Amino acid sequence: MALEFSPETLKTFEATVARYPQKEAAMLPVLYLAQREFGHLGPEAIEYVAKLMGQAPARVNGVVSFYTMYNMKPIGRHHIQVCRTLSCALRGAEEVTAFLKQKLGIECGQTTADGRFTLTEVECLASCGSAPMMQVNDDYYEDLSEEKIEQILDGMK
Amino acid sequence: MEKLLLRNIGVPGSHTLATYQSRGGYGSWRKVVETLKPEQLIDEVKASGLRGRGGAGFPTGMKWSFVPKDSPKPKYLVCNADESEPGTFKDRLLIEQDPHALIEGTMIAAFAIQSHTAFIYIRGEMVFGTIRLEQAVAEAYQAGLIGKNIFGTGYDLDVIVHRGAGAYICGEETALLSSLEGGRGWPKVKPPFPATHGLFGCPTVVNNVETLAALPWILERGAAAYSAMGTEKSKGTKLFSVSGHIVRPGVYEVEMGYPFKKFLEEDCGGVPNGKKLKGVIPGGGSMPVLKPDEIEKVNLDYESVAAAGSLLGSGGVIVMDETVCMVRAAWNIARFYAHESCGQCSPCREGCHWMEKIFSRVEHGGAQKNDLDLILNMAGNIAGNTICPFGDAAAMPAGAFIRKYRDEFEAHIAAGKCTVRG
Repeated sequence: MALEFSPETLKTFEATVARYPQKEAAMLPVLYLAQREFGHLGPEAIEYVAKLMGQAPARVNGVVSFYTMYNMKPIGRHHIQVCRTLSCALRGAEEVTAFLKQKLGIECGQTTADGRFTLTEVECLASCGSAPMMQVNDDYYEDLSEEKIEQILDGMK
Repeated sequence: MEKLLLRNIGVPGSHTLATYQSRGGYGSWRKVVETLKPEQLIDEVKASGLRGRGGAGFPTGMKWSFVPKDSPKPKYLVCNADESEPGTFKDRLLIEQDPHALIEGTMIAAFAIQSHTAFIYIRGEMVFGTIRLEQAVAEAYQAGLIGKNIFGTGYDLDVIVHRGAGAYICGEETALLSSLEGGRGWPKVKPPFPATHGLFGCPTVVNNVETLAALPWILERGAAAYSAMGTEKSKGTKLFSVSGHIVRPGVYEVEMGYPFKKFLEEDCGGVPNGKKLKGVIPGGGSMPVLKPDEIEKVNLDYESVAAAGSLLGSGGVIVMDETVCMVRAAWNIARFYAHESCGQCSPCREGCHWMEKIFSRVEHGGAQKNDLDLILNMAGNIAGNTICPFGDAAAMPAGAFIRKYRDEFEAHIAAGKCTVRG
């Protein structure tokens, strides 16, 4: 069966579109809705959003592929994103990434076999005064140390 | 010094409407809507000398005055809350801890250009900030501060919080508008400027968070009080985000013109562990690095930092001690720009990647003797040859690192490896 929103999400979709003076302005929030509903934005999800928004799938694909926060492939339940930009690098970001790789047994861009964690290196997350830091899903974790990272990972099922 | 922008930070419940109003919040908004004409408001902000805090430092009142008054099209006010400049985290603090000041400022700016729809474009990664802003906007609607027929004056205004989705370039105002229109965050050629052809081709003003957050204070205390602070051309106060090798990292508010060296050593506690300073970036990752002897007489204002050969930019101060490998630092910044180039203009799309590759081989081995001149040549071919200032932002730090620490770069090439980290 083709992908589609639940009746409840469809209502949220309509309310989202109604907030904007032009329908296409709702593209980014609608893509977030789709990502939440479908887990990731694969070709089928993109085609469905294109239909809802009245646009060509190629255009939607172009939007999705431009932004780092839309996942075109499935990712783990906990998406660990380590900031690697200068302020964090000066305060040990490389060591944080190395520790996570060793702890999780994966390289950056990979997901653990149990589907629990995906590890990514990202650019500056505007948390430079509390470096090194990482974002896991929606939350920031700052002033990281190895002990702190272990505690954070242990709390994530 | 009296704090303007950070005056509510640290107050318990600073993010709530009750606390904000108990401290005089939305008083300026009421005063503006009930007693001022848009032209009077624009004149007041012009007189204050407030300049855009996003990095370019353009006078705010003047930017507003470019919006045509007789346009039949809707007008839009957009708050740029897409803070992404490396080393900058001041806007995030305001968004999370004092969202009502930002919303009040956004509304004041919207009134100045007689816009009835304002957007706050917040960086996608800032989920907590989005929640805080959405809660604050909802509170303001409920209290009748936003919405239809505000204070019975007949003025309508909607404020919409809009999340980006991860792209540094969307901090550039025309890219932000492309993104808000639902497309890839591609910058547009200027002119025409957003003031006449912005969001959906309508007159639009884009202002940074810190700029907007300064407005409630300016309207409360008057333009003269604001322009009494700072230097001749850089008025008021500015936020600085301090990171890297520094004893007390964080967000600081200082009066424009404050001595840079004193700021680093006394306010921020200096370089930790008895180490010496090797270099400092004064205005975010896009700006040229300064050596210790170059900051001796620099003051924290637009003109003084420019005279020293760098730029105040976003006020993102990145401090590097004597242990830092400047090749690695330059490579780190080059890698950022290679990752973030939007790909529209060839000089930037190709050049940023090549600069990153060459910096990488200087650091890791395999570099050739003429590689440094090659990077300088490339940087020169990128700067000024792209649609938006991103090209300059990538070229400036690359050139500065090489010119100022050339011996270290040459030692790397001669050794075929990093000579600082071993």
